[in-house]
Amino acid sequence: MNKHTTCQNLLHSMSDYVDGVLDESICTDLERHLRECENCRVVLNTMKKTIEIYHTLPGADIPEEVRTRLYKKLELDDYLR
Amino acid sequence: MSDKVQTVEISVEALRAGDRGEFARLVEKYSAPIYRLALRIVNNDQDAEDVLQETFLKAYRSLPKFEGRSSLNTWLYRIAVNEALMLLRQRRPDSVSIDEEVEGEDSLLDAVQIVDWCCLPESELMDSEARKYLDIAIDRLPKNLQVVFILRDIEDLSIRETAETLGLTETAVKTRLLRARLHLRNQLSSYYGERMAEIKRQ
Repeated sequence: MNKHTTCQNLLHSMSDYVDGVLDESICTDLERHLRECENCRVVLNTMKKTIEIYHTLPGADIPEEVRTRLYKKLELDDYLR
Repeated sequence: MSDKVQTVEISVEALRAGDRGEFARLVEKYSAPIYRLALRIVNNDQDAEDVLQETFLKAYRSLPKFEGRSSLNTWLYRIAVNEALMLLRQRRPDSVSIDEEVEGEDSLLDAVQIVDWCCLPESELMDSEARKYLDIAIDRLPKNLQVVFILRDIEDLSIRETAETLGLTETAVKTRLLRARLHLRNQLSSYYGERMAEIKRQ
């Protein structure tokens, strides 16, 4: 298999690989390729980092006035604290 | 509300029976994640609030028919995603539906950016300017990819839950997730690559 094809295969399987849901035999092949291909290592590591960054990004808090209006709209004022 | 109330499981039976206290607990538990999700999709405070309110109004009306085949969180997320997309279609009729097929195979491999920016310090990766860019990058994703990425990688749903929420097969979710992650990785590589170059110039 030429290198370019293997890089493409890796790209297609990368997301499953990151999630740990890839077949073991494919995993072994890809890891062998990763040891040899620096570009693929960069793509893999930056993909992992991309996911990590978004995962740790603090989400917007619900503003207190939005929460209050929601409770009023749902007629749940009595439960508002 | 106290942590204790948050961790006690919500009773579907009580909800279906019209228990207002139980519904209030549902709202307390899920209003923040639903608001966050809506804000990510519609990218506008007022619209996100409308989606939030409509989601819980619809949920309350539909509760007697809720059969518990899906979990409460995926059921609520599903209502919220549908509301958000419906609102976007009203605002931008040309915006894509999440049912739309993903683009052809070729574009997946186009211009893969090879920049190793993982070594950048946290202070560079997550400063206020970078955070603004992270928001822009996710907003630029096609909606059918963006929603999958938000549910799976930001809200931490499993592949199965994401599929259940969106009414897609798990295979379709995986395909979209790969594309979303690659799109974002590429965008972030351009952005952080530029920042690395700036640091070198200094």
